[in-house]
Amino acid sequence: MTMRIDLPEETLAGVLAKAFGNRSFLIGLVITLLILAIALVSFVWTPYDVTRLVIADKAQAPSWAHWFGTDHFGRDILSMVVVGARNSIAVALVAVGIGMGIGVPLGALAAARGGLADEALMRVNDVVFAFPALLSAIMITAIFGPGAVNAIIAIGIFNIPVFARVARAGALAIWPREFILAARAAGKGMTRITVEHILPNIATLLLVQGTIQFALGILAEAGLSYVGLGAQPPMPSWGRMLFDAQTRMVIAPWMAIFPGMAIVITVLGLNLLGDGIADILDPKSRRRR
Amino acid sequence: MTAYLAKRLIIAALTLVLASMVVFAVMEVLPGDPARLMLGLNASADQVELLRNQMGLNAPLVLRYLHWAGGLLSLDFGRSYTYSVPVIDLVRERIAVSVPLALIALALSTIIAIPVGVFSASRQGRAGDTLAMGAAQIGVAVPNFWFALMLIYLFAVWLRLVPAGGFPGWGAGVWTALKSLILPAVALALPQAAILGRVARSALIEVLNEDYIRTARAKGLPYRAVLWRHALRNAMIPVLTILGLQFAFLLAGTIIIENVFYLPGLGRLIFQAITQRDLIVVESIVMLLVAAVILINLLVDFSYAIVDPRLRGRQ
Repeated sequence: MTMRIDLPEETLAGVLAKAFGNRSFLIGLVITLLILAIALVSFVWTPYDVTRLVIADKAQAPSWAHWFGTDHFGRDILSMVVVGARNSIAVALVAVGIGMGIGVPLGALAAARGGLADEALMRVNDVVFAFPALLSAIMITAIFGPGAVNAIIAIGIFNIPVFARVARAGALAIWPREFILAARAAGKGMTRITVEHILPNIATLLLVQGTIQFALGILAEAGLSYVGLGAQPPMPSWGRMLFDAQTRMVIAPWMAIFPGMAIVITVLGLNLLGDGIADILDPKSRRRR
Repeated sequence: MTAYLAKRLIIAALTLVLASMVVFAVMEVLPGDPARLMLGLNASADQVELLRNQMGLNAPLVLRYLHWAGGLLSLDFGRSYTYSVPVIDLVRERIAVSVPLALIALALSTIIAIPVGVFSASRQGRAGDTLAMGAAQIGVAVPNFWFALMLIYLFAVWLRLVPAGGFPGWGAGVWTALKSLILPAVALALPQAAILGRVARSALIEVLNEDYIRTARAKGLPYRAVLWRHALRNAMIPVLTILGLQFAFLLAGTIIIENVFYLPGLGRLIFQAITQRDLIVVESIVMLLVAAVILINLLVDFSYAIVDPRLRGRQ
């Protein structure tokens, strides 16, 4: 009824047509799907076994047998990069889940209640924001020791205020609209309005922020693993591979080049995808680009 | 405006106090007895107890927090468990590396990003813009420590123009010292410049669509003057916000980058302290960095007031 009036008049076909005309979205989607597919395939097949050390083959330059070369233990770098994708994606995805799962309800609540609840949330947000992700990771590692799970918690905690802010700002813009007034007049409570009307209307914002945080999570995970606070060997991770490569740059530069490229391409794909979604679903942002 | 500034100041102070409580609480729940750590495994229980009393570790929680927080305010961070020297002495040397590095990187990223943003915005949709923003899109995706490795390979291993790592100290002469900060600073700055350039561009494009820009052009002002003076000034708010956020990222980034280049900064110190379980050092460095982030954000809030005249009139 009235509550539909303010929603953009978009048909699915219209959105799809726009999506396929959007270069960022298409490139981003292809890259992201490709990385996901590679990570999934790695569960059943990799060119070589990443846990098998073949010292005779150590530090070999890229060749037909080893496309990306081998590391100081003779492990195939291509296989390690492929398996490493699993770790990066899992950590970043769960961290986004933590951030959304806790941040969005908090932000929506603050917007709905206003007043003291809102003020309190924003102040707590300020405190969490004062800790760069790496710092909270360092503290968490100092307590629980290094590991992939602790990296997830650290990045996840950093994501909470990000999503709380986005959800709050988005919800605040929706609350004064007429269809919300209509819903309230119809006797719907705050929770019901939030779930039925606010959340669907800020879903786009959250989706775009989700892809951004996903990309940032992959960068953060790589950084943490690089300094030894993330995934632990023998689990291959891109950051860890770069750490191993560092002291061997002169003799085996490919050990550093390929894991880094994997990070760049994955993050690039996610960022393009996020930009594309924002473009397609938000007509205002198109003007700016 | 005074009310605005006062509110920001109070919020910053409150954030700092809450953050210090978080750091204190985290370090409290950590296993391990500092007194035991300092005396070694062979010390008797009595000796440990004596030192615990001397260090004030047996005092009630609230008192210990107040003592610690009071110490922070007078820059007395306590003594390092492993080196038995005041933490402030350890920290002071390292700050002389980390802070210049972060500042050089910040300056570098601004110097690159603003002209690129202006260039792209004024050529929106044309080849130059597409190229610059494509490069920025890739720049955002590059992890700074990987970029650092590539820079080392190119400029230190291959071309041998700069040292691959290490820091001779400021005593070795400013230029020699700066030379070993160039690569780290570039590695930190370029990914940040990519983000900042994108923000500057979109903020400028937003502003360039405003009526007052058309008015300025209509009254005969040259495009350059309008772009650099009128438009850029009005696009500064989002740019400043990102600059403030970036300082936090840069500080965190230095922690990693210092490990790539073996620079004796806060980042190296904090990792050494973690492996040695020298928690008071970890605690102090975290607190210092958090305080720096809060301070920078406060400065950004203040600079809004300078850039945006509307805030000056607001009560």
